[in-house]
Order: sequence, then C-alpha cells, then structure tokens
Amino acid sequence: MNVLDYLKNNIVYMDGGMGTLLQAEGLQPGEHPERWNLEHPEVIVKLQKMYFDAGTNIINTNTFGANSLKFDHEELEAIIKAAIANARAAAAASTGTQEKFVALDIGPSGRLLKPYGDFDFEEAVAVFAETVRLGAKHGADLVFIETMNDSYETKAALLAAKENCDLPVFVSNAYSEDSKLMTGASPAAMVAMLEGMGADAIGVNCSLGPKALAPVVEQYLEKASIPVVLKPNAGLPREVNGKTVFDVLPDEFSDDVAGLIAKGVRIAGGCCGTTPAYIKAVVEKTKDMKPLLVEKKNITCVSSYTHAVEFGASPIIIGERINPTGKKRFKQALVENDIDYILNEGLAQQEKGVQILDVNVGLPEIDEPEMLKRVCFELQAIIDLPLQIDTSDVAAMEQALRRYNGKAMINSVNGKQENMDAIFPLVKKYGGLVVALTLDEGGIPDTAAGRVAIAEKILKTAERYGIEKKDIIFDTLAMAISAASNAAKATVDALHEIKHRLGCHTSLGVSNISFGLPNRDAINSTFFAMALENGLSAAIMNPFSGDMMKTYFAYRALHGLDENCGEYIDFASKYVPAAATTTAVTQLAAASVSEEYKSALQKAVVKGLKDQAGELTAKLLEETAPLEIVQNEIIPALDIVGKGYEEKTVYLPQLLMAAEAAKSAFEKIKASMSTENGEAAAKCSFVLATVKGDIHDIGKNIVKLLLENYGFNVTDLGRDVPPEVIVEEVKKQHAPLCGLSALMTTTVPAMEETIKQLRAEAPWCKAVVGGAVLTQDYADRIGADKYAKDAMECVRYADEINAGLKE
Amino acid sequence: MIRGKTYQAPPVNERECLRYAGCNFKETSAEERQLFADCLAEIEGKLSYKVCWDRFPVKTEGTSLDFGFTKVDSAGLAKNLEGCGEIILFAATIGLEIDRAIRRYTRLSPAKALFFQAIGAERIESLCDAFCEEQREALQAEGKFLKPRFSPGYGDLSLEMQRDIFRVLDCPRKIGLTLNESLLMSPSKSVTAIIGISGEEYQQEKNKCGVCQNSDCAFRG
Repeated sequence: MNVLDYLKNNIVYMDGGMGTLLQAEGLQPGEHPERWNLEHPEVIVKLQKMYFDAGTNIINTNTFGANSLKFDHEELEAIIKAAIANARAAAAASTGTQEKFVALDIGPSGRLLKPYGDFDFEEAVAVFAETVRLGAKHGADLVFIETMNDSYETKAALLAAKENCDLPVFVSNAYSEDSKLMTGASPAAMVAMLEGMGADAIGVNCSLGPKALAPVVEQYLEKASIPVVLKPNAGLPREVNGKTVFDVLPDEFSDDVAGLIAKGVRIAGGCCGTTPAYIKAVVEKTKDMKPLLVEKKNITCVSSYTHAVEFGASPIIIGERINPTGKKRFKQALVENDIDYILNEGLAQQEKGVQILDVNVGLPEIDEPEMLKRVCFELQAIIDLPLQIDTSDVAAMEQALRRYNGKAMINSVNGKQENMDAIFPLVKKYGGLVVALTLDEGGIPDTAAGRVAIAEKILKTAERYGIEKKDIIFDTLAMAISAASNAAKATVDALHEIKHRLGCHTSLGVSNISFGLPNRDAINSTFFAMALENGLSAAIMNPFSGDMMKTYFAYRALHGLDENCGEYIDFASKYVPAAATTTAVTQLAAASVSEEYKSALQKAVVKGLKDQAGELTAKLLEETAPLEIVQNEIIPALDIVGKGYEEKTVYLPQLLMAAEAAKSAFEKIKASMSTENGEAAAKCSFVLATVKGDIHDIGKNIVKLLLENYGFNVTDLGRDVPPEVIVEEVKKQHAPLCGLSALMTTTVPAMEETIKQLRAEAPWCKAVVGGAVLTQDYADRIGADKYAKDAMECVRYADEINAGLKE
Repeated sequence: MIRGKTYQAPPVNERECLRYAGCNFKETSAEERQLFADCLAEIEGKLSYKVCWDRFPVKTEGTSLDFGFTKVDSAGLAKNLEGCGEIILFAATIGLEIDRAIRRYTRLSPAKALFFQAIGAERIESLCDAFCEEQREALQAEGKFLKPRFSPGYGDLSLEMQRDIFRVLDCPRKIGLTLNESLLMSPSKSVTAIIGISGEEYQQEKNKCGVCQNSDCAFRG
C-alpha cells in the first residue's frame, strides 16, 4: 500500500530519536552516524526493529547527514543503499503487524545559503538531488525532509525531491522558542511555501518538547490543507547526577502528543531523547482514536522568508514603484546596474506601509531574466516583504520564481491559451498566487460580462493544471476613462461579480484609470474607494500618494477593520500636505547659519543630516547650476569632515554620516541632471572589489561611498570576486584605478593573484589595497601600488592619480 | 552530551559599542549618539542569544593537544591550557537578524551599518561573558576554576579547528550556526571557543587585550 493511501484513513506513526540510542551503543562524539549503516548494520537493524515493534509505521533511514558534502559519491551510494536495506531488514524482523514504510531521511546540509552564507541555492538543490536519486534508486517508499531550520534550504530540498523522484515527500521544520525558524520564518510562511510547492505532508520536529511545540503545531493545523506531522523532543536535556536526561518522560510525552492528535495531527513520532518506549506509549493512547479529516482551508496568501500575507477583508497594498515605466531615473538605474537605487525604492515603500512589493525590471536594453533574478535576490536579502514578480518574459519569471524564498505573487497570466499553457505549469511547480488578467485572444472585452466570462475560462483551465481557485486573483483591468467614459464602470462591475459570484480575490493597477487627465490623484483615490466597496482585495499603487493612502486608511476605519481607528489616527497625525514641506525647507535655507559654515547645506552635510541635505539641495537647484552646488557647497563640506577625520577630531561614524548626507544631495543633483540631460564632469573610473574568498565588505562600501562623493566613476564588483572578473572589468573600462579589499589573512593570496593578473593584462592600472589585515609591509610584498590605511587616504590617492591623468 | 541554551539579553555596554565603532565615548557628537540610539532601538528584541557546549578531556604534550575528537598543535593554546585536564568547548551566536540589519544598511547607510557591526560585536562578547560567568559559578561548586576563553584563529591556533568544533558540537542543529568554506561562521556575530578547566584559580589580566600578541590591532584597549 502507498503511504498516502494509508494516511487517508489512519493516524501514521513515525519513529523516535536515533542519536542518543547510537551513543549508548558506542557512537563517538563527532563520528558520522551514517557510516554505522555499513560498519554496524546489526545495531541499526536492532534499533529500528525496536521502533517497528513499538508500533511505528514509518522508519526513517539512518541518513540524516548523508549527502555529497560529507561523502564521496561511491560511499554515499553505499551508505544509502545499506540504510534502506537495514530498515527493510528491521521491518521483516519485527513482530508488528502494522503497515510498514521506509522513508529516505534528509537532514540539513549544515551550510547556510546565500545571501547570509556562502552556499548557492542551485548547489544546495544539486546536493539534495543526489541523495534523493540514490534513495529512489534503492527503493525508499517516501522522502522525509526534516529538522530544517532555514526556509530557503527547505525549499532547495523539497525542489530537489520533486524534481528527482515520484515518491511522496513529507517536510518537517525545527522551530525555536519564539515559534520561528532560525532564519525567521513563521509557521504560516512555511505552510504557504511548502503547500504551494506540493509537499504531501508538513510539520514540525526537534528543538522542543510537545508542550512547547504545541503553539506552532496549532498554527499548522489552522493553516494547512494537507496532513500535519509532529515529532517533538522529549523536552529539554538537563543534568542529573552528572548524567544528561530529558525532562519529559513517555507518559507525559504521549499524553501531550495524543492531545495534539485529537486536534488534527495525522503523523506522529518523536525526535531527540525519545525512545521506542515513547512511541509505544503514543501508539497505545491513540490507536483507537478516529483520525480527523484534513480540511481545505482555502487561504489566499503569499509569503516571504519571514511571514505570510493573507488576503481577506482588509485590503492589501502592493507597492508599484519598482518599475521603470515612465520613470527616467529608474531606467537609468537599471541600465547602470545601480541596485542600490532599486533597493531604496523598496525600503521607502516598506516604510510607507505596503505589504507586498511589485518587482518589474523589464527594459529592452537589459538582460531581463538576469536582472529580475538579481533584484529579487537583493531585495530578499534586506526586505522581508513578499514580492510580486512582474514580467511578461516567461524565462525571467521561471528563474525568479525558482529562487524566490517563499510563496511569490505572480504577475501575471491572462486568458490566452498559449499564455496559460506557459504560466500555469510554473505556478504548479513553484507555488504562488497568480494575478489573472481578464483579457484573451479577443482583447479586453468592453463589458463586465465579457471579462467575467474570461475569468471563468481561466478558472477552468487552472483546474486542469491542478491549481486551486484560492491561488488565483483576478485583475479586471482599469482602463483610462479619458478614452472611454464607461471604462470604470465595466471594471468595477466585473470586479463585483468575480468577488461575489465566483468567490475569488481581486487586484487592480488602480492608477491606469486616470491616464491623460489632470490632478490624477483625485480620480485614482475615488476610483480606489469605488473598487474597494465593490470587493477589491488588493491594489497595485503608489504608497507615496497621500490621496490614495487617505482612502486606504479611511476605508479600513469605516469598515471596522481598524480597531479604535488607531491606524487612521496615526496616519492622519503624520500626514503633511506637500505644500507645507516646501515652506519648512525655505525657512531652513533662509535661517542664519553660524559663521562656522558657509551655508545651511554645508552645515547639513557636515552634521550628517541626510534629509535636510537632500531638501536643501532640491531648493538650491531651483536657481543654482548643479555643478556649482557640487563645487561650492558639497565638496568643501566633505573636505571639512575629511580633514577632521585625518586629524582625528572627527570619528568614523560622523565621516560616514556626512558622506551619506552628501550622497543624498548628489541624488537630487543626479535626478536634475538626468532631466536636463547634462553630464557631470566625472573623474576617472575606479573598479572596486572585495577579493575572492572574502565576504567582508563594509570597509569596501565605505571607500565606495567616499569615492562617489568625490566624483569618481565607481564600479563595485561586490565581494568574493575572482581575479579574472576584476581584471576583465578593468580592461573593459580601461580603468586607471583598481581598489582591492581583504579582511582575512587567508584571502591575501587572492589579492596577490589579482595584482599579478592585473600586471600581466592591464599594466596601466594602479592597484590600491586596504582592509583590516593589510599593512604597508604586506602591501609591498604583494606588489600593490598603494596601501591606503583608510577610506580618506584612498580618496586622496585616487585624486592624485586622476590629476596625473589630465596632465 | 551537547547542551544548548537560549539566554536573556545581557545588558548593553554602550561604551564598548562606541569603541568598536571607532568613537571615543566622551567625544562622540550628538548626531552620532542619536544615530547609535536609533540603531539600538531598531535591533531591540530581534536578537537571540544561543549557546551550545560540551565538556571534553584534554591531554597536553609540549605544544600538541589531544581533545579526543581532534588533535591540534598550538603553543598559544597549550600555554593557555597549562594545568588543565578538561575543557569546555562552546559555540555562541546572536542570530541572523544582526546580519540582516548590517546588510540592509551596508550600502544604504554605511554609518548605521557601522553601528550595527559594533553593536553585534559587543553583543556577542557580552553573551560569551555571560556564559563564561555562569560556567565559572557552576564549577566553583566542584572547586574548579576557568581559564580565559581561547578561539581558533587566536595566535597560532589554526582556523581549521573550526571544522572539528562544528562536527562535535552539532552547531547548525543546536543553535543555527553554520560554517562556510572559508571557515567563517554564519551568522557572522558568533564565537567558538575553548575554556580550560583548572584546579587552580587563574589571575585574570586586568586588560583583556594584554594576553594577545597582536600589538598593532586597531581595537587594542
């Protein structure tokens, strides 16, 4: 019998802990337990038989750490083959008459994935894939992915299992006391992602005892539409008379587990500290219980690596600003690979309160799949909001979805057969909530009825692909009312029908409605209110529009979605009409400045007041040429601070704060120049990198910031950069300067190698080195042109070289 | 058997934080203090303080040390463990959120990133201090004393030892701490160390930096 068939009508029992039992048999600290499958098969068979005798249905093979990071292929295959054979032998030897299955056990790799570790996502998938293929080849009945404490690694393992075998896959995560994974994911986020990807059962194991894990398990039971697994520890270890014991004994353990089975847990066992006695107690107390039916929860949601966002009564705001359409500065950022600018757009929207970020980086002149993948990755490194991946390029969509950490929102599919056939398989494979546009081969119907008909067609097709209604959200397309006066009505009527008759969630790109009209915010916000009243679940909109946000907060207050109107009051108290800000800056600029500083802007930069520096620059730009501001205000201010730093009267944080304030001023200047099409008289190119093997980049980033402030054209290659990549970039730009950073002694050889290659292939380029481990002596030994002890010294040297170029 | 524990946040030593950020406590500007306070407020409640540890015997012969699970050669460690027959091996981390904060600001506000770096450095040191103090008190009952902690990478003790430590303490599973190919740890604000258990009381140097050979360190106190 297939384990999934058995699961339909039965409570399924798993095994308990192996580690403590193996130690009692003589496993030494630090020894690989997986080798015992080969070296002591009789011990493994004996222990697993004890579990089968206790009533276990599923034995997990002794392969927790069996992967290609620890064992070469030959040994790995031998271990997995033996592990499955041992479990089969235990099943055969057991006197138990229950159904018996053997699960290929897969634990974490022990490495942390990028961006916070150095393990690449695809590498992780490949490592798990090898174990999965061997497990399937040697006859496992199912795959059990367990004790994962990082959502991203869990995704890699599940993807590997789905891509490399047809076996059922159960996935279990290890939660900390705060009911989160070590890397921050909540139970709801894990349920969203794992269910979306097609796990057959999900749940929790390890870390804590059954009482402490109960809150996590209950969240699983509330959110999951698939069977839930529970494999807790026997409580926590403590010392008694010099011996370590676990503090929850079989009786209490089985009571607690039985209580959670009564609430709906369908697969139960134990983890660290549990023994066959624990499993036996659980089986005895629950074998006559009727298993609870697993119900569909019909939750429409997306998730990030920390939390899930559910669609319900309260409208969801999706920030629209990461999108080049109609934005010159954003296009420039894309072309120049200026990821910081894009990240800033994300952070600023998060501060305004959006719950999801739309990400669209489509521009004909760039490699969209690569850029989309990179931007999503970089956004996920620093922003915990779920993303809406917005592209019409199917290849870009797949790459981004594959690497997305969570359950993404997918923008979009439409009613064209060809489009559905391309998009739905991706939704099915990677999971996701897909935005469905109500248009098809015949275009966008003028009537609401026409759009609803397309929605119904989309639902039918989705069903054929195994995608549920809850994972589709309809966009009934806001069209410009300036072109067709009835446009808003058709959109809203269709929305109403889809929400109330078809029972689906809806989303709109609201601002299209006012295209071609003056004072667009007035139309947008009123239309937004109309749509909300007719069942709009989510809006893709600009969170910087005061009018739109007013409507959002007022709607929630009016619909009783905002307790005591607290959020509305908070919003209203902070809301400042645009005109008022201008007055404040004018006053600031006019106020007398102490004699120490030449002007208000100079003072703002020296003091490191970022916002003020930006506002004052914007004000100055109304009457002063951009380059004049740079020459007369910003650079002198930076020099004051730089000199102070060199003389040790100013400390590093103040130097950086001033540099940031200057950057904010430069951002205004850059924006004004990109509208005027002016070009700054930039200094020469400077290629910058942290060398191969080193991931420390704070020093390098400080150097970058200051160099940019002083007008250098900086290309930042990031960290852990191979010598060839650095040399290639220097050659491409014929850059006269290259800065290399290293923090660890172990990576200085990589720096030396980079300089060697530069000498051979780009002899014109000066190499300046810095970083914690470097000294003048080291720098001389590895053949650098210059050792800069800090960022200011690097700027001074670069200025020297730049001046030399002009002569 | 490997033990694991989550600690309460130890009190913040602001003076140490500012020192790690390259500031002199007394001469810190008002703007710097404000930004530092903002950073502290932003990270509050987001850090987790986890330690896992176990006790091992040690046999010393000249500069070579045998811990049972591995053998290393280090004059510095041998001197540190003089007279010890046993050690506590531990790994500690304050979790990934500090790395997220650093990463979030590293390109957007290097000044804040610098403060988060400094806060992280102070937090992990304070956690190690809290752990060592707890162990010291526990061992006092047995009439035993602790030596100062010693980490791979100190003096002549090779970073390679990290691989053995991670294997024997099961750090990824116990406290969510991982080791990468360059032998660096993620989360980055983490420490692994050996503490010698001795029958005789050790006279602590007043200046923590006094025992270190690295005389041109920027942070030397």
